[in-house]
Amino acid sequence: MSVLDSTSTILASGVRLTVPLAFAACGEYLAERAGAMNISVEAMMLSAAFTSVATASATGSATVGLMAGVLTGLVVGFVHGNLSHRAQINTFVVGLVLNALVLGLTSYLITTEQFASHQVGVLSIPLLEDIPLIGKPLFSERWPAYLLILLVPLTWWLVERSRWGLELRAVGENPQAADVTGIKVNARRRQALLWCGALAGLGGAYLAVGEVGSFNQNMTAGRGYLVIAAVIFGAWRLGRTMLGCLVFGLSDAMRLALPALGVTLNAQLLVAAPYLLALLAMLLFTTQHREPAALGRPFERGST
Amino acid sequence: MSAASLSDPDDLGRRLLARLRPGRRDWMTAGLTLALIGVAGGVSALLLTLTGASPSASLAAIWTGSLANTTGWTTTLLNTAPLLLVAVGACVCASAGTFNIGQEGQVLIGGLAGAWVGLRLAMPGPMLVAVVLVAAAVGGAAWAALSALMLRFRGVNVPVSTLLMTFLAIQLVTFAVSTPWVLQESVQGAGDIADAQSNALPAHAQLAGFGHYPSLQLNTGLFLALVATVAVALLLSRSRWGFKVRMVGLNPRTAQHAGVRVAALGGLTLALSGAFAGLAGGLLLTSPVSTNRLQAGLSDNVGWDGLLVALVARNRPMAAIPVSFVFAVLRAGGDFLSATGVPSYLVDIVKALLVLAFVAPPVLVDLFHGRRGATPRAAPAVSVVPAKTEAAA
Repeated sequence: MSVLDSTSTILASGVRLTVPLAFAACGEYLAERAGAMNISVEAMMLSAAFTSVATASATGSATVGLMAGVLTGLVVGFVHGNLSHRAQINTFVVGLVLNALVLGLTSYLITTEQFASHQVGVLSIPLLEDIPLIGKPLFSERWPAYLLILLVPLTWWLVERSRWGLELRAVGENPQAADVTGIKVNARRRQALLWCGALAGLGGAYLAVGEVGSFNQNMTAGRGYLVIAAVIFGAWRLGRTMLGCLVFGLSDAMRLALPALGVTLNAQLLVAAPYLLALLAMLLFTTQHREPAALGRPFERGST
Repeated sequence: MSAASLSDPDDLGRRLLARLRPGRRDWMTAGLTLALIGVAGGVSALLLTLTGASPSASLAAIWTGSLANTTGWTTTLLNTAPLLLVAVGACVCASAGTFNIGQEGQVLIGGLAGAWVGLRLAMPGPMLVAVVLVAAAVGGAAWAALSALMLRFRGVNVPVSTLLMTFLAIQLVTFAVSTPWVLQESVQGAGDIADAQSNALPAHAQLAGFGHYPSLQLNTGLFLALVATVAVALLLSRSRWGFKVRMVGLNPRTAQHAGVRVAALGGLTLALSGAFAGLAGGLLLTSPVSTNRLQAGLSDNVGWDGLLVALVARNRPMAAIPVSFVFAVLRAGGDFLSATGVPSYLVDIVKALLVLAFVAPPVLVDLFHGRRGATPRAAPAVSVVPAKTEAAA
């Protein structure tokens, strides 16, 4: 195998590992801009991965499975939103419990039930896929991956250009002031969590019926936390968050590929790198006021 | 929440009196909790039935594995100690309003520090155990203190930093036990391959157990955990220090005005909760039935489960004793359950539902009855402390 070929292979695997992260990170980004720090993005991805496989197996269609995954993410987002932004249970507590519940539930069901394998098709773009080095990695993917081209700009437009997004950002920066101007703070946060749930669900479902074609126990294996690290690494800006996902995806691909290429590199360091980068980013960014000022703080009318 | 009330002595007195007798709210909370436990049981039973297993047989299996005989009791009590320690630590920093969710990592780092000391220091008998446990506690405390420093100097959100540090801890321990010059086991024969684990600690570095199989075996760790729990409960509820801690938790601004060093106290409680988690890691390492080796799987979700215990106990140390026992029953029973063909993941579902059943009622009662904050207030709360303490809070 030539150097060019093996580089292309690593790139392709990196892109494949990036796509689910990128979907979920889009959603998490929007939620965090509204001040909703949800660690249940892991639960959203994992539950969506499971239901997508289960639904695909039941209906025989991977596309229907994908849609079921999106719906499942939405449901988890709805539950999280109502528990933490209506009933005002601490958002980290809700996240931990949902993560534990979904992990237990999916692990239980995958050991008791059998599912047929279904996978969505590959869509290769003529001509473009023949570009050396980056052609195969970028232009010969499972078709839902191309939804990113639509969803990333849409998320950006929603947050930065729409009225709803302006209100979201107000809610994330100064909920008291937003409340005074008549914005329903907790309602906006719940809506943000729905968007987050749908996109994280799409990411999880893509992982299951897109890349792998089946579900295995704890399939997302902490990818949800990686998504949170990516948003922090991206300093709460969408472009940099996507870049973070790509960096994390590529470093994961390197970790998998290096032993085969005969390079010995510290695997633990590569696994730990995203979290280390996120921590360093937090150390740098918090004093620059990059993070939404009210991130992770519950809003209750009348309290400060 | 009770911002206005603490600064107003009359209101405070009225409230304290109201606190002393259980009111309608408390009965509603208790009733709702019981109802939700029922729902949790019902959902679990439904799940078992739908997947073709028998709820009663599963319950019997959990019983057999945990409480039916002395072996079960031994395992359950062995499981209780580290869970209780982690939970008590979580209670301490939650009382100060700091939310540590990185116990899983702190347990592992405790194990790492304990194994490092235990394998490098040559020391006679019981002294070594003590030194290993102290090292473990210090290790866990140091790991949590890093998050406290990040909060103090850069204002980094504690739950997020402790969570991220957990993943670093897992990789650090994996690195330590798979790198020969750090802690990986040494191999005897030329052809042997070293596993990703440390050497076994010397035999005298094991915690003493009282009684031997097949009779009931009580372990020193349990006594240690119980003593620590009672000590923390007394400190929090009776001492001046505990009063300060609770004041910081209820209202950092008032505490600041009263002369409490809020940031220092918050950091200290975070380090303390790390110390308890680290000590739990030390117990797992020196437990009389374990392999006494450091492995990446040493913590085995004890950190996460201990945190859930604290949530169910609603952050009261004494309540954590029975709750950690129940969780230990579920852990011990879950292992036996998988032998009967029902996946032990069932107990994870039960645990998560239990937490929901205990966490939700107080806030739901508040929601239906209007919030505590909705009672008449003296004046709109005005920010009197500069934004800096706001970040520290």
